[in-house]
Amino acid sequence: MPARPTLDESEQIAPAATTDAAPLAFPEDDVVFRVESVSCYYGSFRAVRDVSLEVPRNRITALIGPSGSGKSTLLRSFNRMNDLIETARLEGRILYHGVDLHADGVDPVEVRRRIGMVFQKPNPFPKSIYDNVAFGPRIAGYRGDMDALVERSLTRAALWDEVKDKLRAPGTTLSGGQQQRLCIARAIAVEPDVILMDEPASALDPIATLRIEELMHELKENYTILIVTHNMQQAARASDYTAFLSMGEDRAGYLVEMAPTERLFTSPQHRLTEDYITGRFG
Amino acid sequence: MTAIPSHSPRLSVDDLRGSSARRRRELFVRIAFMAAASLSIVISLLIILSLAGEAWNFISQVDLPLLLERGWFPRRDLFGIPTIVAGTLVVAGIGMLVATPLGLGAAIYLSEYASPRARRVIKPVLEVLAGIPSVVLGYFALQVISPVVVDQACPGITEQFNLAAAGIGVGVLITPLVASVAEDAMYAVPRSLREAAYGLGAQRRTTSLRVVFPAAISGIVAALILGLSRGIGETMVVSIAAGATGGSLFSVNPCAPGQTMTAAMTALATGSDQVRGATLAFPSLFFVGMLLFVFTLALNLFADRFVRRVRVRY
Repeated sequence: MPARPTLDESEQIAPAATTDAAPLAFPEDDVVFRVESVSCYYGSFRAVRDVSLEVPRNRITALIGPSGSGKSTLLRSFNRMNDLIETARLEGRILYHGVDLHADGVDPVEVRRRIGMVFQKPNPFPKSIYDNVAFGPRIAGYRGDMDALVERSLTRAALWDEVKDKLRAPGTTLSGGQQQRLCIARAIAVEPDVILMDEPASALDPIATLRIEELMHELKENYTILIVTHNMQQAARASDYTAFLSMGEDRAGYLVEMAPTERLFTSPQHRLTEDYITGRFG
Repeated sequence: MTAIPSHSPRLSVDDLRGSSARRRRELFVRIAFMAAASLSIVISLLIILSLAGEAWNFISQVDLPLLLERGWFPRRDLFGIPTIVAGTLVVAGIGMLVATPLGLGAAIYLSEYASPRARRVIKPVLEVLAGIPSVVLGYFALQVISPVVVDQACPGITEQFNLAAAGIGVGVLITPLVASVAEDAMYAVPRSLREAAYGLGAQRRTTSLRVVFPAAISGIVAALILGLSRGIGETMVVSIAAGATGGSLFSVNPCAPGQTMTAAMTALATGSDQVRGATLAFPSLFFVGMLLFVFTLALNLFADRFVRRVRVRY
């Protein structure tokens, strides 16, 4: 049985619609992303089918689901990372603070400066720890005190104490968990609004995983976090809201339901969700 | 359910010995492959030996100060090594000036910018270019590069045979090599590093030049050194386009004819009936060959060390 966290209800943003069956909706001011009937294609293959959901500000929203349920594809649409795949294409709209991310004239470079990303496998640049963190601010033309920014970012990523004496050492010499925190520091150094995390702890040991989860909890003070995870316990422990995706007969991923994490794990509305969270499949 | 035997069977070593015919076949195949591998070493050693014998013959008979004279006229016993070394460096240098921007530019384009379709078209074309016989390129250098390019760049009257034309020709020759090796190095940089850069809001240009390029630097340096090594050893283009078949005065002027080490060797070898005999001209060829060998070996060793030193793990 997955752990069933007891989240303080007062911490939750009160959903505007409270009936169990209605899709989760948030007060307009709290909505960072509004996903409207999004389908994602790779060539003629539909990987995600007709997903609509909302992502609230300063909360951790988890996307869970079995392999092939399109959660990574969906996540990578939020900062237009799928643009890098030539055959990828999207139908529907993802509104980011009201702006369609895929509208004409929207520069993915601008999008990604506001919506940062942490990847499944830690991927520090083969540069020093310092240069890894300074990379984003430098290319964005940051003019302030770089040393202070690097220190602040590493501190927020809970890595400063471990690396402050070896900032010139290559980032690749750190342990896996440290590398992932370095990647988080690198992502927050550009002061994004949202951080997307694609299974950020799947390559890490349990202790490093817990550190990342603690870190996410601290980061949500300042950022909106969207995390894809295979690990239901992680979603249950770390997130405020959980969206469960599954793979349909057509092999396309679709949204089964989204709810406050505690409710999704204690009283799921769909049989599929229940089967998944109780470990009967997936 | 089948019955469970009451005891596990006892085996002797003979049961597990296997077939001796199979072992013999394995040994035979192993020896055949080893012979193929060693042959290249044996041939390399034979080359060095053959060079070294005649080179020693030359060095022990020649009046050593003559080697530092300016001018290379072996038929008149003037063996100014600096002359042909300078010619070689000028040609290889010009070649690198051409091949570095073109080759690396092509590599970056192919690896980072080109669509898969463009890549599928351009890469084979590049490889075809690499397969053009250098004798063809030599005449191209002489007939096209020299009158069209060099004549514009060099002030005053330019001779049709000149080091610059040969150098540019050599550059064209080694560009595909540089491009191909550098492209392999850049293409091998993991996708995750590019995604990291794009995820931070990097442009394609920033990602290519500040993430992928540095991550591939060891392979890129190897590409450049391989190109240089090839440029120093290139013979045909230089023999045709650089002029100075018989000999040359010391000159580093790219607009003038000159003699490289390789061209000096072919010039001697093609006229070998007159050369063979009492003079030192023929053995000098082997001495120059030995020098060339040492040059390129040193370059390759340096490249190897450099690649090892800066190789990054990602």
